[in-house]
This record gives sequence, C-alpha cells and structure tokens, in this order.
Amino acid sequence: MNMRIVIAAASLAVLSSTAHAGCGINAGSVRIGGNDFPAIQAVSGAAKACDGGGVTVSVDLNKDHKDRQVAALTANPAEFTTSIINNSALVALMNDGLAQPLDDLIAKHGKDLQAMQKVTIDGKVMAVAFMANAQHLFYRKDILDKAGVGVPSTYEEVLAAAKAIKDKGLMDYPIAGTYSGWNLGLEFINMYHGHGGEFFKSGSAEPSVNNAKGVATLKMMKALTAYMNPDFLTYDSNAVQADWEAGNVALTNLWGSRAGAVTDGEGSTAEIESNTMFASAPTVAGQSIPATTLWWDGFAIAKNASGADAEATFITMMNGISPEMAAANVDAAPWLIKGAVPQPTDAGVLASAQGGAKPYPMLPYMGAMHSAASAEIVDFLQGKESAEQALADLEAAYIAAAKEKGFL
Amino acid sequence: MPHRTFISFIWPSALAMMLFIALPIISVAIQSLYIQHEQVIETVKNCGPFGCTESVVVNVEATEKIRAEQPLGRFNALGTYTNRNHLAFAEIAAAWKASANWSGFFAAITNLPFYKALFFTLSYTLVVTPLVILLGFFVALAVNRLPSIFKGPTIFFSLLPMIVTPLIGSLILFWMIDAKGIIGGSLQLLFDDPDLSLKASPTLTWITLFVYGVWHHAPFAFVVFYAGLQTVPKDILESAMIDGANRWQQIRHVVIPHLIPLGVFIALIQLMDNFRVFEPIVGFNASASATSLSWIIYNDLRTGDGTTLFGSAAATSMLTILGVAILLAPVLIRAWRANQRMA
Amino acid sequence: MARTVPTWLSILSLGFLVLWLLLAAFPFFWTLWGSFKVEADFFSKQNWTNAIFGVRTLAETGAHYTGAGYEGAWIKEEFWKASINTLVMTISVVAISLTLGTLGGYALSRSPFRYAFWILIIALVFRAMPHITLVSGYLFPFFELNLWGHLTTTIIVMVAINQPFTLWMLHSFFLNIPKDLDESALVDGCTRFQAFRYVIIPVMWPGVITTGLFSFLLAYNDFALTGLLLTEENQTMVPAIAGFLGSTQQQGNVMYAVAAVVSATAPLFVLVMFFQRQIVSGLTAGAVKG
Repeated sequence: MNMRIVIAAASLAVLSSTAHAGCGINAGSVRIGGNDFPAIQAVSGAAKACDGGGVTVSVDLNKDHKDRQVAALTANPAEFTTSIINNSALVALMNDGLAQPLDDLIAKHGKDLQAMQKVTIDGKVMAVAFMANAQHLFYRKDILDKAGVGVPSTYEEVLAAAKAIKDKGLMDYPIAGTYSGWNLGLEFINMYHGHGGEFFKSGSAEPSVNNAKGVATLKMMKALTAYMNPDFLTYDSNAVQADWEAGNVALTNLWGSRAGAVTDGEGSTAEIESNTMFASAPTVAGQSIPATTLWWDGFAIAKNASGADAEATFITMMNGISPEMAAANVDAAPWLIKGAVPQPTDAGVLASAQGGAKPYPMLPYMGAMHSAASAEIVDFLQGKESAEQALADLEAAYIAAAKEKGFL
Repeated sequence: MPHRTFISFIWPSALAMMLFIALPIISVAIQSLYIQHEQVIETVKNCGPFGCTESVVVNVEATEKIRAEQPLGRFNALGTYTNRNHLAFAEIAAAWKASANWSGFFAAITNLPFYKALFFTLSYTLVVTPLVILLGFFVALAVNRLPSIFKGPTIFFSLLPMIVTPLIGSLILFWMIDAKGIIGGSLQLLFDDPDLSLKASPTLTWITLFVYGVWHHAPFAFVVFYAGLQTVPKDILESAMIDGANRWQQIRHVVIPHLIPLGVFIALIQLMDNFRVFEPIVGFNASASATSLSWIIYNDLRTGDGTTLFGSAAATSMLTILGVAILLAPVLIRAWRANQRMA
Repeated sequence: MARTVPTWLSILSLGFLVLWLLLAAFPFFWTLWGSFKVEADFFSKQNWTNAIFGVRTLAETGAHYTGAGYEGAWIKEEFWKASINTLVMTISVVAISLTLGTLGGYALSRSPFRYAFWILIIALVFRAMPHITLVSGYLFPFFELNLWGHLTTTIIVMVAINQPFTLWMLHSFFLNIPKDLDESALVDGCTRFQAFRYVIIPVMWPGVITTGLFSFLLAYNDFALTGLLLTEENQTMVPAIAGFLGSTQQQGNVMYAVAAVVSATAPLFVLVMFFQRQIVSGLTAGAVKG
C-alpha cells in the first residue's frame, strides 16, 4: 500500500520536472484506456502531463479493461486512441485488425525505443512494450536451509525439497500455487511448455496436447498438489501471497509483479521477508527451458483513430514511457525502458527470460486452449478421472470453441 | 380501459424494455444460430521483448472480405446448441452406448460442461428456494412477536445479508470460512477434525454455496412475509381462538392460507434469481467444484484474449431463459387459468 | 385482547431469532471491527484471532487500531466521488423506475384485455435474461453511438432492466386498490390521467416505497452493468470497490475495499430506520396477489 503513495509522489515529481503542456503537440485528442494497477498508473500519469495546449489527454483505467477494449476500438472513431494491453490482449485486437502499424510514428517520434520494445508481427510494429512479467520461483531461504536442501532448479527438486520440509515437520503444506480458474489453465500451459510440448499440430489450429508430454505435465501438477493446502483449487494469487506472508509456504511459482508486494514491509514479518528470495522458474523433465511463460505489457494504437489523433497519442505515450518515468518509478515494475536499472525484485523474471523461457503464445486460438485447460483438468486434479481422459476432454472442449470461432 | 389510454400509460415502460431487453434478446437469439466464418490464417514472424518466433495471425483483410458478404457469419442452425459444450447430443449418444450401467452414464454426462453446470444450477435452485421461504417465514413469525421498540433494529440487521454488496460480502465470508478463518476454524473445533476444510471437497463447497444462498436471500422472503403478517385479519384469528384452535392450528389454518399468495410471489422471484446464480461462484473461487449456467456464459464472454464466444454465450443464454420458463411454467399456467376465469 | 403465550414457545422463538440475527449480522460486525486492522490481521492465514487482537496491526502501525483503510479509500482514492455518483444514480434510477412503473403497472391492473396479462408474462421472461449477456451486447452500440460511459446511459439501462420486477410488484399493488375508486372519478368526468393523479397517487405511496426499496438496492449493489458501462470518472461505489481488489498479477488494496463497504452501509442504516414503517406497510399492500 505504501507503494502506491511512492508512485503517486514519484509521478508528481515527473509532472513537475517535465511538465510542459502539450509535449510539443499542437492538436489532437488522446484517449488512453488500460488495466488499473500501479505501473500503468505511473505510465498514464506521466502521459497525462501532455494535456493542454491544444491536445486533450484523458485516461480511463479499469480492472476489466480487456473485456471492453475490443468493442471500444471497433467503434469508429475508437473510444480509446490507445489501449494498454499485454501479449494475450493484443491477440484480441489483432484478430479483428483493430491496431495500426506504428513504424512511421516510431521513425518520427520513437528514437528512444529499444529494439526489444517493438512488438513486430509480420515485419510491422504493432505494439510498444514497456514492462515484463512472468511467474517464477519464490523460495524461503531459511526453510530450505533448515531442511538441508539447496535452491531447486527443477520441479523434481522442488518435490524433493517439499518432501524434506514436510518430513522435518517444518511446514504442513510447503508448496503453494495459483490453481484456480484462469490461473490453473496458465499453470498447465507453463508446465506443458516446460516439458517441451506443442499445443497445436504445426501450422494448424488442431490441438495436440493429448500425448505423453501432456500426461507427464498433469502428473507433475498432481504431484505438486500433494504438498499444497487441500484448498488448492481455490487459490488465486491473493491467496498464495497471503499464505506466503503468513509464513505457511516455502516454495511457490508466483508473478514477478508480486515480488515487491511480499517484500514491502507490510503483511509479513521481517524474518519471512528477509528470507524471501527469487529465482528462475524451475525446469522440468530434464528439459532446458524454465516451465513458465513470459508476459509483457505495452500499448497499441487504435486503427480507428484519425491520423492526427494517432500521432498525438503516440507522442503522448512516448512521454508516458519515458526513461524519466521509469527512473522515478523503479519499484513499480520490471521496466523494459532504456536505462531502467533492474531491481532485486526483478531477479526472477530476468533469470527466467535468460534461461530461455518462452513468451506466452500469441496465437489467435490460444485463448480457447487456455479456457479449455482451465475448465477440464480440474477433474483429474480432484482424482475423478484419468490424465488421458482429462486431456481428451480438454481437446474436445477446445475443438467445439475453435469451430465456433472459425479456426477449424 | 380503452387501448389508447392503455398505450399512453404503458409506452414509456414498454419502450425501455423493448430497447434494452427485447432487442438484445432477439439479437442474442439470432446470434446463437450463427458461427464465425472460417478465419484465414497465415504464418508470420513475430518478434517481441523475448525474441522472435514463428507464429500465426488472422489475415484480417481476407477474413474481412468473407465477412462483408455475410456479416452474421456462417449459418449453423442449432449446431451450437447441440455441440459438446452445450447439449452435446453426439456425446450423450456415445456415452449411452459405452456405459454399462446408469452410474457410468450419469458420470459421463456430468463430465460435460453444460450438464455439470445445469446439475449444480438446478440443485442450487431447488435447495435454496424452499429453504429461503421457510427461513424467511419463521423469522417473520418470530420478529412479529417482538415488542415494537425492538422491531426496527431487528429488521435492519435482518436485512444486512441482502444489503452488503455481494462482491465484498462473499469475499469476506470466503476468508471467514477458510480453514484458518473464524468460521472454518470454529467448525474444525466443533467437529473435532483439524483437517476439515469447506473449500477442499466438492460436496462441502456445494453446501457452503447453498448456505450462502439461503443466508443472502432469506431477508427478501422475511420482509415480504413480515409485511403479510401485518394484514392477517384479526377477526378471523379471534374467532379461531374462540373456537379453541391452538397456536399451531391458527398458523396452519389462518396465517398460512393468508400468506400463500405472497409465498408464490417469493417462489417466482427466487426460482428465477437462483437459476441465474453467479456471484457466489466467483466470490468463493468455487468454479472447480461448482459451475452454473450464468458462470458458463461469463466464462465464454470474459476472456479478453480474442476468443470471446458470443455464439456459445448466446446459446447458453437462450437455454437459461428456456430453463426459467420451464421452472416457472406451473406457476404461470395457474396464473393463466386464474386470468381466464377472471376474463 | 390478551393472549397467553407458553414460556417454552417464547424462549424457542426468541432463541431462534437471536440465532438468526447472529448469522445475519455477525459477518457485518466482524467486517466493521476488521476494517480498523491491517490486511495481514483481517485476512490472516495464520490465525483468525489476529483479527481480534490486531497482532500485525500493532507491529505495522504501532497501535491496535488503524484508520488507514478509511483514509486510503476516502482521501487517497477519492471514494467520495464514487459515492456522489452512486447517490445521483440511485436517486435517478428509483425515481424514473417508479414513474414508469406506476404508470405501466396501473394500466396493466386496469386493462380488461388479455394482452395485459401477456405483457406481464413477457416481462417476466425478460427478467430471466442473464445480465452478463445483456452487458456485452450493449458495449459496441454504446461505443459507436457515443453513449458509453455516461451516468445517464447506465441509469436508463438499469431502469429498463428493472422494469419487469417494478411492473409486477406495482401491478399487484394496484390490483389491491379497489377499482371503484378511480372509476367513480371517471364517472364524475375526470380523464384517466386525472383519475390517476387525484385518486390513485394519494393512496399508492406504501406500495411505491416498497418497490422503491428494491429498486434502490438493485441500483446500489449492481456490478454487472456499472463495472463495464461507466468511465473511471463516473464510476459508482461498487466498481470502485472492485477496483481496490487488485488482479491476478497485481496486489490490490483490500482494506480500502473493506473500509469503503463499511462506510457505504451506514447511510443504508439511516434509510431503513427512516422508512421501516412504510416498507412494511407497503409490502403489505403490494405483491399480495403474486
């Protein structure tokens, strides 16, 4: 909660130091829509400083932004000239052709951008990324030491460590995981990636998860749940974080954006916080890449925005994601912005990325696969059906959805 | 009342319902009969902060061209209704052939998302509705006996479960019933079972949701019944007492018949609201053990990742309306007969 | 007349009532108490007694109680803006719903034709439509027509969605007002509107207030519509509270939400105490015909 004040103060500082109304834009209407969390508040706060002198900048942040953005950008003129999105939400815009290529605008106004920030699809820059995120390993150093095990780098070691902790009576449920709803689908995707699995037959939308790797993925997830609180199917990130801060858990695969929250001097004891460490997501089944998916947040510009508005929006957003903004809000996120200095809380995300973890697939039909996974593997984890049956159900649910969307 | 006058009174209300309910229902009904065009997919190189990959995208131009010819999509008749994620006719037929016995068949059916949700939705509706009516009735009887100075605060506190925003109400209850929470912890003591957790097993999750439903809706029944109790004709009660009827007989033969129309009203509203149960499933993170029809719709619509299933959600919505109509049919037929007798 | 009540029945009835009040009100009082603690206490995964004794609150703030949640919600996050929006919205929804509903409900109760009955049945079927489906249908037309985000739009939509319930309740209420009343006015040379204005309006208040209570609660507690149809500027309390809760990737300020909920309940207490007599007498008259 303190973080929010820091950010507010920091964005004020940015406002006062760089505030020259209009940011050199003469005219245009800039309408920013996005999710509502501190890093985006920092970006949109800095962008808002361009308001005035002929250009109007309005910001509308909403927790459910992803549910309204397609309708908002389909309208002509678009309700929002820019939508702040992540890699999964960009697919929704791409599927309907609602984002415009940014190459010309970057050539004119985007000299500060790093090459890695440009999200390029088929040779055209469709979005500009400004922060990264990923689920990675959180571990309790003191507990691992007491159990006499090292920092696990594979899921097999995670299981061994959990067993050691439990056998020593240090904790009843040493592992926690985000295993409810959408999160469960993502855990499956992460683990299946880790096993080197492919979700689709190459070049098509035909599912291909009902195979040995899929079964191994489910078996590993089930093995992990044996060391989790029996309520694991209701655990979202909030529950995992609360369990972590209460000191009930020694190992978890949680979002990098929560690393700051578990070490912020609130909600936990100094002992737990000082022993909370971050590392790359573990690998699994002898494969080399971490079993996680990498995410970015960035902005895209609406196709249904006029040329002048699009240009004004781009310049405004470049001010929003300026190096000064990143420097003033170092704690808010692992910024991808030039000159941003990695913080200790970013260690896990960086290590996972360096370890070769894959980005969350930007396939038009990935969302259908994700939803199907969230819903259909529950029965297996509850012990009601076999892994093969769960995977067959997953494929069947996906096929029905993909047919309706016209992918099959 | 002549037609003209009738229209001049009802048009604002009718117009509002036309625009914001009837039109959407019609468009949803049409939508449920269509599926999207085949998407033109192409493989491209996709680069981002984490390197480059071969990926596929929808070729929007080509897809738009097909879409321009037939904006609604491909006509699919009732195909969406019968597919695996809805009524699943093919899967049921296969399960019928494959299952050796009834329990196998039943298990195969409840493995299908629509029937799983329908099963919970119906159970919830049929368990919660009568319990709400009973609890509301007894609370109303008990409050009615209180001295009048206590009545005001009692009514307010009885209304609280209905007043507190379900969004937060269910969140707080969710933590209270946690194994480490006050209710969950007390239940562990009560049943002398340190491993008892209301969130862990599907059965207990169902019971928790039922209890929440009764708790949340009982105030509605209570208020309506309590008001009804104020109008129980005093003369009939008195003559019943003079005839020597005991307390129970008075309730049985005077109070209950008087309250029956109110009970029907509550039942009607409750059946409908409970059939659309949704918030507690999200609030209690219970979708692993319990899904409802409304939850399926939510799940189809709120994906935000480009695979929003409007057709599928539309089909489930129409099936929900149909389900409500079937549930209410007995009441509606009764009302229809009464109306005909009056006319 | 004096009625003798057996003691065992009094005790049973009182005991039952106390139990019910405990169940109904306890979560609220627990929340009220917890709103003065920090998140680690109120939502403790260690031990629920922390919420009572404020162990972490003491460690983090140096006192047993903290007003941080209230301060954060009302001052930092400007929750008062959302409460003004809610005030505007609920008053408008209740007023418009009741105006449309009394006119329509009155006509339905006085029409001898069969279509009046069918309108009621259709209204009931309308009510069965899940709100989530309706909302996603509204989004695109509202964006395209530039209607999205305004309080007015949301108010009208909410009135429309609430009409079936309003019509049903008021219709059954008007059925209880004897037809002779307004018909004698008609005989005296009044038009329908005059009869409605001078004869019906003076006797309809109890029913209207009850229906108003339920319209009020609907508008006050709605999330399905307000969550997606309003801009940040126009947000009402419930979506604002939802905004405090955070998301999968981000921690929220749950204690702001808790404090906001507690403070949002206080005006309702006043309201219910103020209107309790009308609520009860109104329900008496209305709805009886089901």
